[in-house]
Amino acid sequence: MSQNGTMDNNGIMEGMEGAKVKNFRKWFMDKLLMGMTWPEYARKLVTPFNMIAALILAVGIPLIILRFVVGLSLVTHASNEYPWGLFLGWGLFAGVPLSATGFIMATAYYILGFKRYHPLVRLGVLTGFMGYLFAVIYLLVDLGRPWRIYYPMFIGFGTASVLFLVAWHVATYLSVQFVEFSPAILEWLRAKRLHRWATMITIGMTIAGIILSTLHQSALGAMFLLAPGKLHPLWYSQYIPVLFLSSSIYAALCMVIVVSTLASRFLRDKADYNFLSSLDRLTLGLGKGAAVGMFIYFALKVVSVAHDDNWALLATGYGKWFLVELLGFVLLPALVLVSGIKTGSPAVVRFGAFSGVAGVILNRINVSMIAFNWNLPHHLSHLVPPWTEVAVVSTIFTIHVLIFRWILNRMPVIREEP
Amino acid sequence: MAKIPDKDKLKDDERTDGSGKKPGERGLSRRQFFMGSAAAAGSAVLAGASGSYAMKEFSGWPGRYGCLTDLTMCVGCRSCEKACNAANKLARPEAPFDSPSVFNGTRRPTKNAYTVVNRYEPKSGGKPVYRKIQCNHCNEPACASACPIHAYTKTKEGPVLYNPDLCFGCRYCMVACPFYVPAYDYDSALEPKIIKCTMCHGRISKGGIPACVEACPAGALTFGKRDDLIKLARKRIEKSPDKYIDHIYGETEAGGTSWLYLSAVPFGEVGLPEDLPKAPMLEQTKGFLAAVPLVFTIWPALFGMFYAALKHRTGPGDDHGGQR
Repeated sequence: MSQNGTMDNNGIMEGMEGAKVKNFRKWFMDKLLMGMTWPEYARKLVTPFNMIAALILAVGIPLIILRFVVGLSLVTHASNEYPWGLFLGWGLFAGVPLSATGFIMATAYYILGFKRYHPLVRLGVLTGFMGYLFAVIYLLVDLGRPWRIYYPMFIGFGTASVLFLVAWHVATYLSVQFVEFSPAILEWLRAKRLHRWATMITIGMTIAGIILSTLHQSALGAMFLLAPGKLHPLWYSQYIPVLFLSSSIYAALCMVIVVSTLASRFLRDKADYNFLSSLDRLTLGLGKGAAVGMFIYFALKVVSVAHDDNWALLATGYGKWFLVELLGFVLLPALVLVSGIKTGSPAVVRFGAFSGVAGVILNRINVSMIAFNWNLPHHLSHLVPPWTEVAVVSTIFTIHVLIFRWILNRMPVIREEP
Repeated sequence: MAKIPDKDKLKDDERTDGSGKKPGERGLSRRQFFMGSAAAAGSAVLAGASGSYAMKEFSGWPGRYGCLTDLTMCVGCRSCEKACNAANKLARPEAPFDSPSVFNGTRRPTKNAYTVVNRYEPKSGGKPVYRKIQCNHCNEPACASACPIHAYTKTKEGPVLYNPDLCFGCRYCMVACPFYVPAYDYDSALEPKIIKCTMCHGRISKGGIPACVEACPAGALTFGKRDDLIKLARKRIEKSPDKYIDHIYGETEAGGTSWLYLSAVPFGEVGLPEDLPKAPMLEQTKGFLAAVPLVFTIWPALFGMFYAALKHRTGPGDDHGGQR
């Protein structure tokens, strides 16, 4: 766009106008339609995946609109005893640790010097940015008055509240991640000068990301410290901030494996040789990190049970569920990762990473929903969400995937700009 | 009635030292005030660390009001519910206030009821026990500690008040409340808000008493200064030690509450949580919040050093950071 602006010295206005329109058309097709014309692009959109996505959106988007007309009760089983449901349990508490990818990959690459992981840094940052963006979107659907989202920043300061910290940090970190990802956007738009500025502040942004992530990942756990008695003692622990932070670290490593696996499978033509050829090797490396992270987390979980001397509770029903989470979704994935690394099998490591991600989701759902209010009568029957809530969550998740794909299709994320 | 005696005012000044608030200052002349402030500032500096730590222990506004519910006296007539409904202009419930049908289930405060009475069958057999549920107006409320926008205020008079103009509806206060009190209006699209008992703040600040207390025909509810209520409750236990459990519920639970309970059956049997810490809920998160500035100060140095060490190892000119 900027190139044709510099050439208007000759004053041939009509030609200029025509050229501008033509240039814009070319830019539009090039950037937004992936070099196709509208009919070509529309035809390419008709795929089974897109049909299912459209179906989900056709149900969910009207529901989201109706939620702002009728009230929250339409789309959630949240109640006076159960203020938080799937929107936050899935969208925020599970979504944020899986979005630690940005800070983990940027730290590994820029600060600690794991240079081999270069092909995965941008993917990690994008996964992180999108994860936070959508955590905020889930929150906006769940908040009673989402148009007041900025209140903790400008209107009232609940400085003693852990949620105050979370609000500030998520907002700040979302901006930091946008700046971190902006080089990809600027390369896509060929804005060279801005690109130079954006890359100059990379190190500062990365360190800011480490600080903010350390704090709000742990703060999401610390939020539950305010509710002793409501959260089952096996999950309620003074260590919960550290548990949330440490699990987010291995969650991020697993998540990079998951996202890169999916990207290399479904968007193979958008990836470059460098990305595809190094992926198996890097997957093994990430798996190593994830396995170490899981063992550390496993040890911390055991410490948290020992610290409060909750061993006897392991024999109860909730104790068995706790063991399912800890042995089946932390220790087992860690052992799978180890065996994958030992045999040099990226496929086994990928399987371990997928189950590691599932384990973190399970833990956050356990803390925010299943082990929360455990001592209320008929507790578990309160947890079954209505179909509307599932539809809204599926809709937001679908939009998340579609936008993610939209970006991978266009911007240099899993490939380098020539 | 809402006036606090002078000696309490002095205590106010001591206790709020450090928080910046001086609730007792209105009674002083400007000159006295400045002299006093200067002296206070001076002594604070001189006293240094040793003296000021003790003052941070804020055990609640002195002279604050509370209510004592004596469960042995409640007959389950629900007059309190009716009076509360009228005083707060709430929607009429489906079942009339004199209908015992509501006792078949367990109820909780909702958007249409700041208070409800439930019936409990004691494990030891014997007569059913009725308990009125409403906000307990904690000394250091968990709801207020949870709120990121400071929509809750613990007033000097005792009531914990909620300001819907500040609320964005995150409902963390509901998660935090150990007594399951705040209710939410999930059916309002544009103005959903938290609904809970105010201890009739409007009435008591004009010298009145809460509507529920006024309406109680059985003498199960007593309104007064919290300190006096604790003395009264002790006296009752002392007088009939066989009748009461030797504990005033709310004296220490969750840091203490303005609403207190006496009972003949264990409090757990009437739905009051017995596993609450004695410290205010805020104490549970204090350690974490104290660590926040440490991360802000130490992390940049630590990770900056890692980066510097990396640069040192790889040598100048190897600018891997800005590429790509």
